Amino acid sequence: MSTVIDTPNRIKKLSGPKLNIKHGCVELSHGSGGRAMAQLIDQLFFTAFDNEWLAQKNDQACFPITAGRMVMTTDAHVVSPLFFPGGDIGSLAVHGTINDIAMAGATPMYLSVSFILEEGLPLSDLQRIVTSMANAARLANVSIITGDTKVVERGKGDGVFITTTGIGVIPNGISISGDKACPGDHVIVSGHIGDHGVAIMSSRNNLQFFTTIESDTAALHDLVHHMITAVPTIHCLRDPTRGGMATTLNEWALQSQVGFMIDERQIPIRTEVNGACELLGLDAMYVANEGKLLAIVSPEDSATLLTTMRAHPLGQDAAIIGEVVHDPHCFVQLKTKTGGIRMMDWLAGEQLPRIC
Amino acid sequence: MCLAIPAKVMKILGFQRALVNLGGIEKDISVALLEDVTIGDYVILHVGYALTKLDEGEAKKTLQLFAEMMHGAT
Amino acid sequence: MEYIEEFRNGDVAQTLAQAITSSARLEKHYRLMEFCGGHTHTIHRYGLPSLLPSNVEMIHGPGCPVCVLPMGRIDKAIALANLPNIILCSYGDMLRVPGSNQYSLQQAKARGADVRMVYSVDDALTIARLNPQKEVVFFAIGFETTTPPTAYAIKQARALQLTNFSVFCNHVLTPVAMDSLLQTQHSDANAVNLDGFVGPAHVSIVIGSQAYEAVSQKYQKPIVISGFEPLDVLHSILMLIEQINQHRCEVEIQYTRAVTREGSLLSQSLMVDVLELRESFEWRGLGSIPNSALQIKHEYAEFDAEKRFALPDTIGVEHKQCDCGAILRGLKKPMDCKLFAKVCTPENPLGSCMVSSEGACAAVYAYGRGSVPV
Repeated sequence: MSTVIDTPNRIKKLSGPKLNIKHGCVELSHGSGGRAMAQLIDQLFFTAFDNEWLAQKNDQACFPITAGRMVMTTDAHVVSPLFFPGGDIGSLAVHGTINDIAMAGATPMYLSVSFILEEGLPLSDLQRIVTSMANAARLANVSIITGDTKVVERGKGDGVFITTTGIGVIPNGISISGDKACPGDHVIVSGHIGDHGVAIMSSRNNLQFFTTIESDTAALHDLVHHMITAVPTIHCLRDPTRGGMATTLNEWALQSQVGFMIDERQIPIRTEVNGACELLGLDAMYVANEGKLLAIVSPEDSATLLTTMRAHPLGQDAAIIGEVVHDPHCFVQLKTKTGGIRMMDWLAGEQLPRIC
Repeated sequence: MCLAIPAKVMKILGFQRALVNLGGIEKDISVALLEDVTIGDYVILHVGYALTKLDEGEAKKTLQLFAEMMHGAT
Repeated sequence: MEYIEEFRNGDVAQTLAQAITSSARLEKHYRLMEFCGGHTHTIHRYGLPSLLPSNVEMIHGPGCPVCVLPMGRIDKAIALANLPNIILCSYGDMLRVPGSNQYSLQQAKARGADVRMVYSVDDALTIARLNPQKEVVFFAIGFETTTPPTAYAIKQARALQLTNFSVFCNHVLTPVAMDSLLQTQHSDANAVNLDGFVGPAHVSIVIGSQAYEAVSQKYQKPIVISGFEPLDVLHSILMLIEQINQHRCEVEIQYTRAVTREGSLLSQSLMVDVLELRESFEWRGLGSIPNSALQIKHEYAEFDAEKRFALPDTIGVEHKQCDCGAILRGLKKPMDCKLFAKVCTPENPLGSCMVSSEGACAAVYAYGRGSVPV
C-alpha cells in the first residue's frame, strides 16, 4: 500500500570508523546513547531494515490509519541456541509476530523491534540475526519502522533477547476469535507438527542427535489470506507455538467452553520428529511449532477450507484432525492409535525429556 | 524406569560406541553392554546405552501370532 | 519406525481387547498390577483402560524409581547441588520431584545451584572431563535397567583417571520390591488380593525372567514379562487372564524379542563388579526393605558421592495427607487421596506420584480424568 507522507532524502549517515563486524562484539557503550550506539544502529540496524521511517531517525514512526479494525500484538523471544536448523532468533521473531497478527485474519503491516544485547555478543552474530529479520520482513511485505537497543552486562542476558510488536488491519466482515468454537465444528491443522521443537532440541548440546529436521518457522499471513477469502466464516485460528497443539486446544476449550475429540491417526507428523520424540520421551502434541496453524470451522465449510489450504505451499499437508464436542468439563480428548480414548491435558510444567 | 526403544545400528564407531537410526534420527550411543554388535542389528536403547539386541525372529513370531489372532477373529 | 509401529496397530488392539473380554470370566474380578511405571504410562497414554472389560482392573505398582525415592534422598541430592564448586547432573525426571518443604532440584537451580539435566550418565562423564576444576556428581536412580550404565560409567571414570567425578547412588531392585509388596498385601487386612503381575520390560532384559521365579512361587502369583508397546501390554493381560483361569502361576515371557530367562550376563557382571547390596534402604510407601538397593563397593569408594562429601542426615518431611505410600502399594487409587487434583496437581505436586510422569497420580490426572472411566 502506498504511503501518504513524502519520502525525504536519506539523512546522511553518522561519520566515523566502520564497525568491526568481523571481529568486534557488543560493548556496554553500544547501549549508552552515545556515538557508539548511533554507529551500531546506523551501520547494522538501519542498513539492514532500510526504509523511509527509519531514515527519518525519529524515536517514533508515523503512519496513516487504514480503514477496518486495527490489530496489535507483542512477543518476546528468548530462544537458545540463537541459530538452529531452518532459522534463528531473528526470523523467529519476525514470523512469530506476523503470525499472531495473521491469526486474527489481519494483514500485517508494521513491526517494531527492541533488542536487549548481552555484552560480548559477536557483532557478526548480530549482523546475521538482523539480516535474517530484514529478509523475513521483506518477503512478508512488512516494514520494521521503529526500534530500541539496550545492552546488559556479560552474564545478564542470553546473547540477545528480541521483543517485536506488530500492527495490522483486519478486513471488514472478518471476525475470528478463540471463543467461537461450536460443537460439531471441525479442527484442521496446516501440516506436520513438532518440527520446530525437535530442530531446537537437536542443536542443544546435552541432547545431541543428528537429524535432518529443520524448524518450520514461516510467515503464515498469506496462507491465512487465502483461507479467509475462501471461507470468511472461519471461527478460530491460532498458531500452536510453545506448549504445542495440545496447549492451543486446551486454551480454546476454556475460551469457547467446549470439549474436543481428536483422532491421533489423522495428525500429520514426520517420521523423524516421531523418532526424536520417542528417543527423548517427549509427546509431540506439546512440542512447539513456528510455521503451523490450527483452524476451527463449521463442518459445512471444512472440505472447502482443506482444499484451499492444500493448494498453498504452507498448507500442503493440512488435515482434519478432529472435532469440537459438547463437554461441560472442557476436556480435550484423544482417540489413540490403538483405539483407546484418553485425555490430552494442559502441559504440566516444562516438558522435560523422559527417561522412564 | 524403562523408556527404551528399538533402533537400527548403522555404523560401528570406536570406543564401544555405535551410530543408530530411529525413524531417520541418528544418535551416537554406547554398545559397551553388548557382547557383540554388527551393522544392521536392532538394539534396545535406554539412556544412551544399548541394553540388548532385538531378536528379529522372535519379533516376527509375535507379529505372526497377532496376525493369526486377527484372522481367527474375522 | 520398525518394531515400534507394528506393536501399536489399532486393529490388532481391538482384536486383543475382544479376546480379553471373551477370556475374562464374568463372575470373576481380575486385579492385575503392572509393576513398572513405564507400563503405567503406556496404559494411560494409549487409553487402554477404555478397551478393557469392567471386570479387568489394572492396579498401578511401585515400579517408578522416581516415585519410590524417599524425600530424604532428594534432600541429600539438593544438599549436594548446593555445595560449592559442584555440578549436579540428573535425569530430567528428577528435577521437579519435591523434597521436604516442596523444595526441588529445579528450584535449587533457579536459586543458583549448578544443576544440569542429562540424557545419559555419559553426558555427566563428559561434563566432568570438560570441567576439571569442578566436582561433578551424577544423581543415579533407577531399577536394574539403568544400573548397568551407572556401573559402566564408574569403570570408565577409573579408566580415564577422572578425579572429579562421583555418583550419588540410589539404584533399587525389582524382585525384592515385588516380594515386599506381596508380603505387605499378605499381612494387611485391608489389602485386596492381586491376581497377577505384568512384569517390567527392560528390567527383565538385564535380570532375566528367572529372577521372578522365586517370588512367583512363594506367593503363587502368575507373572507375564511384557513388552513396552500397547499391543504387548494387551497381549500380556490376555496371557495373565488365561493363566489365572487355568490356575497356573508361572513366569511367562511375552516380550520374547528382548527378554530371555538368563538376562544379560554382561550387565549383571558389571553390576556385581562395581556395586553391592545395601543392608537396608528406605522406600517411599513401602518402608524400609533389607537388601533392596545398591551402593558403590569399597574398591570404587572415590566415586561414591556419599563418602566423598559430608552430607547432612536428612529425614524427609512428607505432607501429612499425602497418600503416595498407599497408592504405591496398590491399596488406594489416586482419586482416593484427599489432595488429588484439588491441591496436588502436576503444577504443584505434593508427592512423587504426581510429579513423575509415570506416577499413578500424574498418569490419571493427565490422561484419565476424561468422561471415559479409568
